[in-house]
Amino acid sequence: MNLLTAVLFIPLAGFLVATLLPRNNPQASRIWSLAVSLITFVASIGLLNWLDRATAHEQFMVDVPWISSPDIHFAISANGVSFWLMMLSTLLTPICVLISWKSIQHRVKEFFAFLLLLEFGLIGVFLAQDLFLFYVFWEISLVPMYFLIGIWGHDRRIYAAVKFFLYTMAGSVLMLAAIIYLYIKAQTFSYPAILDQLATGRLTFAPNEQLLLFLAFFLAFAIKVPLFPLHTWLPDAHVEAPTAGSVMLAAVMLKMGTYGILHFCLPLFPSAARQCAPWIAVLAIIGIIYGALVAMVQPNMKKLVAYSSVSHLGFVVLGIFSFTQQGMDGAVYQMLNHGISTGALFVVVGLLYERRHSLEIKDYGGVATVAPWLSTAFLITTLASIGLPLLNNFVGEFLVLQGTALANYKWAIFASIGVILSACYMLWLYQRVFFGEANHEVGSHVFDMKGREWAAMVPLIAMMVWMGVYSQSFLPPVSNVTAKVLKQTQINVPFRVELRRPASLEVANGR
Amino acid sequence: MGASIMPTMNPADAIRFLPEIILVVMATLMMVLDPILNKRGSYAFGHISLLALIGGIGASIFAYQHAGPAFGGMLWVDGFATFFRVLVMVVGILTVLPSYRFLAKQEAETSEFHALLLFSIAGQSIMAAANDLIIIFIGLEISSIASYILAGYLRDDKRANEAALKYFLLGSFATGFFLYGVALIYGATQSTNLAVIRMNQAGPDAPSPIFVGVAAALIFVGLAFKISAAPFQVWAPDVYQGAPTPVSAFLSAGPKAAAFAIFLRIFMTAFEPIGSGWEPLVWGVALLSMTIGNFAALLQQNIKRMLAYSSIAHAGYVLVALTARSEIGVASAMFYLAAYAFMNIGAFAVVSHLSGRGEKYQSIEDFSGLAQRQPMTAAMLAIFLLSLIGVPLTGGFFGKFYIFRAALESHLVWLTVLGLLNSAVAAYYYLRILVMMYMREPSEAANAAEPLGAGLRAALILPALGTLFLGIFPNWVLDFANRSSNLLK
Repeated sequence: MNLLTAVLFIPLAGFLVATLLPRNNPQASRIWSLAVSLITFVASIGLLNWLDRATAHEQFMVDVPWISSPDIHFAISANGVSFWLMMLSTLLTPICVLISWKSIQHRVKEFFAFLLLLEFGLIGVFLAQDLFLFYVFWEISLVPMYFLIGIWGHDRRIYAAVKFFLYTMAGSVLMLAAIIYLYIKAQTFSYPAILDQLATGRLTFAPNEQLLLFLAFFLAFAIKVPLFPLHTWLPDAHVEAPTAGSVMLAAVMLKMGTYGILHFCLPLFPSAARQCAPWIAVLAIIGIIYGALVAMVQPNMKKLVAYSSVSHLGFVVLGIFSFTQQGMDGAVYQMLNHGISTGALFVVVGLLYERRHSLEIKDYGGVATVAPWLSTAFLITTLASIGLPLLNNFVGEFLVLQGTALANYKWAIFASIGVILSACYMLWLYQRVFFGEANHEVGSHVFDMKGREWAAMVPLIAMMVWMGVYSQSFLPPVSNVTAKVLKQTQINVPFRVELRRPASLEVANGR
Repeated sequence: MGASIMPTMNPADAIRFLPEIILVVMATLMMVLDPILNKRGSYAFGHISLLALIGGIGASIFAYQHAGPAFGGMLWVDGFATFFRVLVMVVGILTVLPSYRFLAKQEAETSEFHALLLFSIAGQSIMAAANDLIIIFIGLEISSIASYILAGYLRDDKRANEAALKYFLLGSFATGFFLYGVALIYGATQSTNLAVIRMNQAGPDAPSPIFVGVAAALIFVGLAFKISAAPFQVWAPDVYQGAPTPVSAFLSAGPKAAAFAIFLRIFMTAFEPIGSGWEPLVWGVALLSMTIGNFAALLQQNIKRMLAYSSIAHAGYVLVALTARSEIGVASAMFYLAAYAFMNIGAFAVVSHLSGRGEKYQSIEDFSGLAQRQPMTAAMLAIFLLSLIGVPLTGGFFGKFYIFRAALESHLVWLTVLGLLNSAVAAYYYLRILVMMYMREPSEAANAAEPLGAGLRAALILPALGTLFLGIFPNWVLDFANRSSNLLK
């Protein structure tokens, strides 16, 4: 047991206590969940002190036997990538508590309890090092999000919640089959042990077998990312979810997919991943451009931001499948960036919704005149999102495009169209909402940011600037890990190719 | 051979038969006490049957300390038998708890209900330990006849009458098939003892495998009726819908678990030598049950019908474990049946709580807004439903995981993939109830629901704890199942 375990379990303990709080005292629930999420955040900051930034190894390892037969362990650890994603979850949860303080007025107790349960599931996904445990967290994170969308969402919330649940479920059952299959082959669920077996050649897959296993994992992750054409659940879920749900969904939950690809798909099935890379890259590029084009014509702000997520996550997938150091670094950095900047976008859109009670762009206009600070916050977030230099997204997009160009120049050209388009739709959105005449509704309802809202926005804006100006605070641990992943995919590839021919011989002798 | 099945009575036999003795004596006692304690809505009989069942569980564990054959090998007390004995008695307890309130609400007699319940459980307990086709048949009949009456227990209710009649007719047909099979196998192998049947299939004067195969097929059909596997499932929805809700809960868990127990025992011992012959058959029936169950459940409006179809699908999952034809398969089936008993009985307990007098509220719509009126009840049902879907940290998930692991280990890749996809389809109809409970405004039924009584509270919390326990700490049950999954004696 160490501090990492504490970071994981504080939200769960908080959830269990939150379910026991009195129903008729919503303030107690709010304060409790704020306290719990802040303690979790502080604990994760504390952990930062001990993070070895110069290694690619798994750190803070905990390995406790859980179930004896089949041998399942409670095994968690963090590396340079999962650590930041965990921090992202612990940072955004208190922010979500803050922005839901007033906007959630009904069934308050359950809302905040589910938020804490969600944090538990998300942190667990990033830390789990046992495939079974990973699947457990993967599914657990689904349940609170389903309720968050379904109970506190907007008009079509039920449709969106069910669609969200079923999409993810359908994708993940095949992953479960693949996990069991891996277990039967490797006789362990321990991820490091499986990688070790792969590295030493004790575990090998026939090409077809590897391809099918890769696809089973990849489908689950691609739905979560979401990769075009599996993205259709996302706009529904985002639009219908309450603000906190959208923030957690966009900022953290989508990263489950990209993290899964990077952490599991590539090291486990390197040659299948390389084999599929061109196809996946094309889908990612289609997603980048299609997402941006569709975002441009959306009349609904949340839908616009949702489609922009499809576009941004396309960059992440493209970066990973460029199989270059820069591309992968950029992909991970872009995961974090997207978490911060799109999270912030959903927050400010949520603030507008709380005031004007509409998500339609046409209902706004001239907000800058009545709420200058809110407009400033939105502007910084917008600029970050479109990749202005000195703000965070620029670094990530630049690295991704650089890596992609090294891998395939044409991909980079097409992908950079997405960068241009993102400037179009975001700035146009900004223009329509914040400039022009303030209509009567806007004038009478929209007021500027208040203390609690500042508290939610300032950390995010600070992060945008920090990550944009001084990426060295974040990138070195990431690079170590991505270098390792890259090595894993390279070592095994010639090895696989070598084996491909005598494989039939091996089978003949073995049986 | 003749000596091994010669009935001889000794004290060890009595100990190994003690659970059934306790149940039957207590049930008879209740019928004697009925005229003395005769008060409608009396809780005394409920208390007595709880006592009997707890005693029965104690006796089963005691008998396990003295494990071995009884009555010349007609019964065999082993881990497998003990597992199912305890399971059916736990199911009995979980049926008695909500029935206190239910019987009072429906103004029904209590003594016969509890006596019949105990008889039925005694029959299932015999099935769990039986090692001889004749004893299996006797157990099956004791269990079934009591269940037929229980299904029609509310005799003024038309649907209950229909349910009882249907259940009786189709059940009798099934028993007929079973008996044909027994007769054939007796003709082929000159024995009804499972171990002897297996033994006699080898050697110089072995019967034709076709002959044995036909017998196995007939027995399979008979048992497939009992576990409501497709295509022999048609009775289940009508019976579950018409029977009083605690009885439906009981039928979906107790008799089913016992039927699976004999299913596993017969096919993993007596018919194990012709396993490669029946494997494709079970494969097909498993897939058909899952598919028909899940897709039909999608269309249901009545909650009890929906749970009936869901139980058909779950029978399919357990058959996947049988298809694996391995010890892990048997262990996973045992684990799954335990998990299933908890989650399904729990779900039915909520239905019986909500349904009101005359079982008025049975539609899925009636669950609307339950979370706002009775958050505790809704939370419990949510746990059961998530377990039925197969969400991690519930018994349902781990059971499913374990079954499909057994299947993959036996190289049943396609069955695994199709089964898992099926479970994704199933998520939809369970989610519908969650949607109603949590995301809709309260309905008339939710408003009318009375506060939870002590018995019902226990009947919800115990299975919920059981479901979570099996999901988070499956070791305990799993180890026992793994240790007792070798059925060959």
